[in-house]
Amino acid sequence: MSERTGEREVGRSRPRKEDARLVTGQTTWTDNIGVTGLLHLAILRSPMAHARIERVDVTPALERPGVVAAFTGRDFAELASLPCAWPVTEDIVLPGHPAVAVDEVRYAGDPVAVVVARDRYTAADALEAVEVDYEPLPPVLDLEAALANDASLVHADKGTNRCFVWPLATGERYETVRERADVVLRRRYHQQRLIPNAMEPRSVVVTPLATSGEYTVYSATQIPHVLRVMLAMVTGVPEHKLRVVAPDVGGGFGSKLQVYGEEVIALDLARRLGRPVKWTESRSEGYLATHHGRGQIQDIEVAATREGRLLGLKVDLLADMGAYLMLVTPGIPILGAFMYPAIYKMDAYDFTCTGVFTTRTPTDAYRGAGRPEATYAIERIMDELAVEVGLDPVELRRRNWIGHEEFPYTSISGLTYDSGNYEAATDKALALFGYDELRAEQAKRNESGDSVRLGIGVSTYTEMCGLAPSRVLRDLRYAAGGWEAASIRMLPTGKVEVVTGTSPHGQGHETCWSQIAADVLGVPFEDVEVVHGDTRSAPQGMDTYGSRSLVVGGAAVHHAAEKVVDKARKVAAHLLEADERDLEFTDGVFSVKGSPEERRTIQEVAFETFSSHDLPDGMEPTINAEHLLDPENFSYPHGTHLCAVEIDTETGRTSIRSYVCVDDVGKVINPVIVEGQVHGGLAQGIAQALYEEAVYDDEGNLVSGTMADYLVPGAPDLPEFTTDRTETPATSNPLGVKGVGEAGTIASTPAVVNAIVDALRPLGVHDVRMPCSPGRVWEALRSAQSDRSGWEGAERS
Amino acid sequence: MTRISVTVDGTKYEDDVEPRLLLVHYLRDRLGLTGTPVGCDTSNCGACTVDLDGATAKSCSVLAVQADGSEVTTVQGLAVNGEWHPLQKAFHERHALQCGYCTPGMIMAARGLLRENPAPSADDVRHALEGNLCRCTGYQNIVRAVLDAAGATEPSAQEVAP
Amino acid sequence: MIPPAFEYTRPRSVEDAVRTLADAGEDAKVLAGGQSLLPLLRMRLAFPELVVDVGRIPGLRGVREEGEALVIGALTTHHDVIADPLVRRHAGLLAAAAATVADPAIRHRGTLGGSLAHADPGGDLPAVALALDAELVAVGPEGQRVVPAGEFFVDFLQTALRPDELLVEVRVPKTGESDGWGFHYEKFSRVAQAWAMVGVAALVRREDGHIAEARIGLTNMGSTPLRASAAEEALAGADPDGVARAAQSAAEGTRPAAEPGVSAEYRAQLARVLTRRSVLAAAGMG
Repeated sequence: MSERTGEREVGRSRPRKEDARLVTGQTTWTDNIGVTGLLHLAILRSPMAHARIERVDVTPALERPGVVAAFTGRDFAELASLPCAWPVTEDIVLPGHPAVAVDEVRYAGDPVAVVVARDRYTAADALEAVEVDYEPLPPVLDLEAALANDASLVHADKGTNRCFVWPLATGERYETVRERADVVLRRRYHQQRLIPNAMEPRSVVVTPLATSGEYTVYSATQIPHVLRVMLAMVTGVPEHKLRVVAPDVGGGFGSKLQVYGEEVIALDLARRLGRPVKWTESRSEGYLATHHGRGQIQDIEVAATREGRLLGLKVDLLADMGAYLMLVTPGIPILGAFMYPAIYKMDAYDFTCTGVFTTRTPTDAYRGAGRPEATYAIERIMDELAVEVGLDPVELRRRNWIGHEEFPYTSISGLTYDSGNYEAATDKALALFGYDELRAEQAKRNESGDSVRLGIGVSTYTEMCGLAPSRVLRDLRYAAGGWEAASIRMLPTGKVEVVTGTSPHGQGHETCWSQIAADVLGVPFEDVEVVHGDTRSAPQGMDTYGSRSLVVGGAAVHHAAEKVVDKARKVAAHLLEADERDLEFTDGVFSVKGSPEERRTIQEVAFETFSSHDLPDGMEPTINAEHLLDPENFSYPHGTHLCAVEIDTETGRTSIRSYVCVDDVGKVINPVIVEGQVHGGLAQGIAQALYEEAVYDDEGNLVSGTMADYLVPGAPDLPEFTTDRTETPATSNPLGVKGVGEAGTIASTPAVVNAIVDALRPLGVHDVRMPCSPGRVWEALRSAQSDRSGWEGAERS
Repeated sequence: MTRISVTVDGTKYEDDVEPRLLLVHYLRDRLGLTGTPVGCDTSNCGACTVDLDGATAKSCSVLAVQADGSEVTTVQGLAVNGEWHPLQKAFHERHALQCGYCTPGMIMAARGLLRENPAPSADDVRHALEGNLCRCTGYQNIVRAVLDAAGATEPSAQEVAP
Repeated sequence: MIPPAFEYTRPRSVEDAVRTLADAGEDAKVLAGGQSLLPLLRMRLAFPELVVDVGRIPGLRGVREEGEALVIGALTTHHDVIADPLVRRHAGLLAAAAATVADPAIRHRGTLGGSLAHADPGGDLPAVALALDAELVAVGPEGQRVVPAGEFFVDFLQTALRPDELLVEVRVPKTGESDGWGFHYEKFSRVAQAWAMVGVAALVRREDGHIAEARIGLTNMGSTPLRASAAEEALAGADPDGVARAAQSAAEGTRPAAEPGVSAEYRAQLARVLTRRSVLAAAGMG
């Protein structure tokens, strides 16, 4: 029987267990699943942003060979509305959301009809035979105009496009504080809509089993457990007759934290047709049908002293809900509400968010979900404040941030930051970046009038993740809890099964949970198997989003493993005829203090427990254990990101010259996985700053409707990153870990835009709207210098 | 229907196919070779990259009938007698994948690069992979992995056969 | 994602292909490498009744010299164009521009003839064909005819090719560096694999430290590729300062489209800046 070498697993850069199937093409993506008799769904979608459906006729489609069935919205009348689990206020406007539109379409892409055919080609062809007559209605696109009294309405029966108003005011009255301020700055920032672009398109397969009346739903989802509950509620299929499986899932970034109409339709049609069905979106279809992220207008105001000390902060937010409220749509901007004060001390905070319906694809979680928006606005305006009071932007931040000796610290928005060290991370980042040298070079280049300008951007962020204490979620009116489940099964041969309620889709849980369990149990890493993503084998869980998996789910594994050791200790003590208190447990071996030859391995204990021939009196014959962990607090990763850009003022092109980040994510289970999460987060945050935007035209058509138009950056479009860490352990979990999945995205967007504006400020530019495309940068330069005659770009040296 | 004959990962197939059938759907839906995934519908993402007669091709942008008489190698055909290709090893060791959906195409595209340029620079690697999108890694570890694999020898049946 | 149904034929000769095209009329589409046609089919933006796969017609692939010209088979892939020693020696601009088309996998399948016949003004090679004063050789039922590049590109995605004609080869006058020619293709795109927002193909002949002759092809400055004629005239005799002045007229006579985030004025600015840079690089003055 294998024994441990003694080296700790936690903290090692273990190559991942997951990789073997992924690098060899043995993966089970949902679209790979094929079963005899499988039928394919195709969905006809509205080509218009807003219209009344006058007529839908699917009979011509039914006449096509190979078409088994076809349905309109009326055929799904018995299904309940698609769910919104986060009605953020008591008086929120919560319109019904049919999986297939019945009388009215409310965004380009709203489903209108469903065809079912023998293969995907036949299904795609049949869509063209469906006849639909639309009576166009006015699109609702502008967030401010949508709130006017005479605005056209997305949901006419609701009488308003105002979905909710959610206020938060803490500390002193903001107006009072404002009166004693020397400096008041007000800015408006735009958070463009983004398309999450998980590389695996969404897909769902439902197989009915006639003998038991059970349905298995395979879905490319982040949330198999939540999905099971919701599918039962929406379709009426009893929950115990539903098994939901998230097979290998190719990324999510929030876009698969959802209960989608296609999942509901597939289950309903498998029930009605008694046949297995599959639906897989094409990328362009997904751009319409998979929820978007961001989409906010932020009015932010800071009040400060002449010396640059923050006194107060006021935020008025307009948040684009899109046409319907999906699973957590209204809650996304509210997650940001608590983060505007960031790492800074102040006396007053006043926040209001207004949710607005528009005739666009619904928004919902996208990597960071509310927190990138908040961090962007505060970090941008901190730079503007630094200019206003004549301070270096880093110095301004130093004057305002929470000192490391002040933790735990209750922020003005009411969060208790348990730990952190902003000075340490910043000092390390500045040194790695060569901040002073770059500032000197910048000054020199500005002086010479170089046509390629250098800009330096900083972002000192924190965020709240590890969702979440259930009571806090209750207070925020979120319908579910925030606990996570883990159970550990010691198999008779000494191998270990770790069952987790988290549902990975690229994060490496199989590897990291193995490392955690191996250390506590003292078993080899290779002897641990992690079971996840199937409600039959891993029946309890709250799934994966909000950088919660390690902080809540990984910690639950740790606790469950400790319970196993406690039970095993009783058995070992009995077998060794020793008192429990006299046993030591090291590297999987129980031994009697002072008599190391008196020993039992945990594997031996597992077998003895299996045979149960000689257990302590009254003991259940198992050392398996389960732990459900409800976290006591969020986790608060933080860090300092520094970006240097060069801007070609003749073309407006921004090139990232260097990017340095020092993140504090507490203790680290697997450094290389953490680094990978940071890299990927940076890529998406930089993409928002420079490249990506879901663009709509005046009629509400998605113009950036394909991957050729929506610019996901490729390898040449991103820089080499310099990443490092400081380590201030979290105090709210036994592992000392903080979430890392979203940190890079949250931090990087303002670092890049701050650098761009820093480069252009001497030329009269004070903001560039994201994405800071070459065209936008050039137009900003042109309008800043339109007074000067003969402007064709900055003068060349 | 058009009769085609294609060798995929060393196995010869003959099939009647609709002319419009995309090579990637032929591989996935007809041959059950699901190791090659589909990530977009505009030839941008590169997830479906395969080797077609010795050169990389995006199998969503090739009709199965165009591959008639051709030899196709997919990510499923890279390992020889269970021994991984150096790129497969390097991707694993360098943590060059997270969700792994882009990985088959990335590996096939990188293999195409190394065939033409056995000692690329980091910049060469980035440009050679410009038609392969990854949403998880930020590419840095992919570049490291390809540089690691450069110079390593591809396994062949002769070398590893007992 | 799913192409519409079509009939498929794979002619064995140019004559065979032309006959097939003549019989089919407007309902046929020629398939060469497929790298432009397949995306159109998958997005259901094209509905041909017949796809004529000319990809295996012998004799349409490869490069040969014919006196003062290179003759490049229409089916020669971008990859082969880039690597071809004759092209590199005598038409370096073409190799340089072909190396910027899409990505390596697409360059393995996409063909020179296909790119020109597709006539996307955002494509890189049409502007290059203009700058090179290339001649396009088409075969139809009445035999062969030669169309100068300047007359080939008629409108957005439209060429002088008739539905029953097949583009078989491209003739490119030699512009070798040994004859004093320099070249550069300056492509400006938002991300590496994106189409050019603007591209400038510059071909210049130097004499005694100044420019004797310049030919400038513009990508994506109108519904067809264009020559920057005013800039070309102004470049004659120019030294580096003169290049900068001449480039100011690069956008004259162009009609660039506006799109979200890209104004027509911005495209004009890019044309001027990229022309200056491209010409300076081509002339070795950069």
